[in-house]
Amino acid sequence: MSAVAIGVRERRRRDGVRRGARRVVAVALFLLALVGLYELYRWVWSSAGFTWPFAVDSTSMPHVWTILKAFGQPAQVNQPPLGTILFHKALFTAKEAIVGFGLGAIIGFFLGVVLVHSRLLQRGVLPYIVASQTIPILAIAPMVVIWVNPKLPASFQGWGSVAVIAAFLTFFPVTINTLRGLQSADPRALELMRTYAASRWTVLWKLRVPASMPYVFSALKLAATACVVGAIIGELPSGLQSGLGGAILNFNQYYSIEPQELWATNIVAALLGIVFFVTVVLVEKVVVRRAPENVG
Amino acid sequence: MSALEPVVKIEKVTKVFPRGNVTALQDIDLTIDHGEFISLIGPSGCGKSTLLRVVGDLTEPTEGSVTVNGKPARRARLDHDYGIVFQDAVLFDWRTVSKNIAVPLELLGWDRERRRNRVDEMLELVELVGFGDHHPWQLSGGMQQRVSIARALAFEPALLLMDEPFGALDEMTRERLNLELLSIWHQLGSTVIFVTHSISEAVFLSTRVVVMSPRPGRIAGVVEIDLPAQRGVETREDPRYFELVTHVRELLRKRGEHLLPEEEQQLLEAAE
Amino acid sequence: MSARAAGGRVAEWIPAIGVFVLAIALWQGAISAFHIQQFLLPRPTDIASTFWTGRHQLWPAGWYTFKEALGGFVIGSALGIVCATIVARFTALGTALMPVAIAASAIPIIAFAPIFDAWLNPLSPTSKMAIAGVLCFLPVLVNTLRGLQSASPRQIELMRSYAAGEVEIWRRVRVPTALPYVFTALKVASVLAMIGAVVGEYFGGAFNALGVLIRSDAQILDFRTAWAGILVASLLGLSLYGGVVLLERVVVRWSPEVRGS
Repeated sequence: MSAVAIGVRERRRRDGVRRGARRVVAVALFLLALVGLYELYRWVWSSAGFTWPFAVDSTSMPHVWTILKAFGQPAQVNQPPLGTILFHKALFTAKEAIVGFGLGAIIGFFLGVVLVHSRLLQRGVLPYIVASQTIPILAIAPMVVIWVNPKLPASFQGWGSVAVIAAFLTFFPVTINTLRGLQSADPRALELMRTYAASRWTVLWKLRVPASMPYVFSALKLAATACVVGAIIGELPSGLQSGLGGAILNFNQYYSIEPQELWATNIVAALLGIVFFVTVVLVEKVVVRRAPENVG
Repeated sequence: MSALEPVVKIEKVTKVFPRGNVTALQDIDLTIDHGEFISLIGPSGCGKSTLLRVVGDLTEPTEGSVTVNGKPARRARLDHDYGIVFQDAVLFDWRTVSKNIAVPLELLGWDRERRRNRVDEMLELVELVGFGDHHPWQLSGGMQQRVSIARALAFEPALLLMDEPFGALDEMTRERLNLELLSIWHQLGSTVIFVTHSISEAVFLSTRVVVMSPRPGRIAGVVEIDLPAQRGVETREDPRYFELVTHVRELLRKRGEHLLPEEEQQLLEAAE
Repeated sequence: MSARAAGGRVAEWIPAIGVFVLAIALWQGAISAFHIQQFLLPRPTDIASTFWTGRHQLWPAGWYTFKEALGGFVIGSALGIVCATIVARFTALGTALMPVAIAASAIPIIAFAPIFDAWLNPLSPTSKMAIAGVLCFLPVLVNTLRGLQSASPRQIELMRSYAAGEVEIWRRVRVPTALPYVFTALKVASVLAMIGAVVGEYFGGAFNALGVLIRSDAQILDFRTAWAGILVASLLGLSLYGGVVLLERVVVRWSPEVRGS
């Protein structure tokens, strides 16, 4: 009987690898198709001279090859190639994003746990949590920077306040989904716990938290994107040069001369977002061991 | 349509599901005449629901043929020759009860006047007058099932297919709905194929009970129910009723549930 | 709705109102008590008064930006619904596209704002409308697609027993089933649209746009006006959200979210 089970596990693993390989190929094909479409659009529009929605030339739509080549060349004289620079900036932004993610996830989880135990608090606080997301963070970012920065230890200054901004964008989906997840525990299981005279703490950790895992991961996937967005945007008003946000602002000024540099930066920013997202997805696969994608 | 022509003819129907290589039905032969009430009963995996779906052309047999009203099953479905009721009511939340019952009528192109009249008739039939403007979630499980039955009968099909329609309900509601179903059946004179898990329900409702056995799905035996045509609460206390229930139960036990492959083999050898 | 039911609905809001009053009071008190730098975090009363005194500048700016957000919201959501409908028709395309769409929503779209500006002239509202539109497009596409794919197989079987064709199944089952999902997405999109417009203006925009105003006020450290501007943006974003919620109450009265089960 066990030999059969092992064989099944082997087969499942092999199928998983095969499926993963197929996915990678599909993604590669898709990217190729995207590039093809981009160039096709460019060719058609520039040959026909259409000006709607915008005129197509080498500034507004640089060739994909030009953009890719720009990675290998230095942006300014006597500097390392753009690719290296962008990589380091991406790491800087990633640092802010990770810290923001962690902070936001912990706060969000904590808030969710507090709220699930009090309907009164829920009704009182939830509307504001929702409303808080209508505040354009970019607008309060300068104030957060000025306020938080001096309070941080020296090595955290600058990027620390950006991490706070990233956390602000992160905590919301985590709170909402943690709450929903904690509430999703089977009422009959809750009753069972009562028959064991289990304390609230036990019920929380043995029942509610495991039940909330799919929801929490759904939120973490949203949070992965949100923290990157928060980090990039948070850098803008703080004038930090070392991150991707600063690079975007910088290259935006040179756009008419060297458009491919801004495009290259955007591609790196997009990759950063995707990397964060995929990481959470992989962690979920390992932790949960099945992919509940249909929740939330 | 002559009364001698069978309504449903199932000939040598076999259904194999490729995934997992499951033989849900093997060599099923069954003829159902006009006005009969047939129950299909058997343990899980005996293929009774699959057989119902084959008759309704909701799944295709791997081999064999099904004739409904003298036509192939597909033609019968396209001609709206039957109504179907599932175990859960499958009502549309976004429609009121009346609108739910009207769904098949809309699809048949009936005009509003005619639809409204028929819906009112149906509401009376299933005793839900006054609930027409309610929404499904406002009704109990039993009431939802009654709406489901009303919908299935709305265009007065000669054939009614029912897949464990009362399975999710409590016993008292079940018994009450059994009586209602019998009364409706008498009123409309339809033919019914009824899938169930409950021996008592099968015997109480049917003119014939078809017992099926699993692995592979086969007909283990057919029991003629010779109880009087008019049945009521007192029928459940009729000694003949108990005899028939016992007979069906024995048939299930011998050819159906709790059989190890070796036992089944022995029985088959003994029967030969 | 009966008087009691209406009263019940209002009563639900009492804790929220209570928290609001409490928070404002604390805010006001804390600033005085702890001598928090007023220029950084003004008192609520100061913000409120600037909201009123600055209205000739702030409110039109808010309206200008709101129009960008609304335009982007409508166009982006409509495109999302249309694309989802097309994709859902071809189930193979749908299953292939879902992971792509989900991964695409991981891209920080807002980083592309400068490129939209370069394409569509930073001073014109169209560039910000484009950003808002793209931000709305993805969640609406993903959720509408999911909704269109979520009809229960039993309901489809039921329709087949009525010999209903594909068009009928779409009309009577798939579309109504998808509507609650669409509204969930629209609620998310409504908030994103306003934020997208305001943040988009940060990179450059007309001088009478709210985002530009907030930014310049912050730069000259006039945080009172900046906060008043934020209040305007927030209120407008909430009103768009509220509009969608009201529409949801009417259109999908039967969805579990609306009937409160």
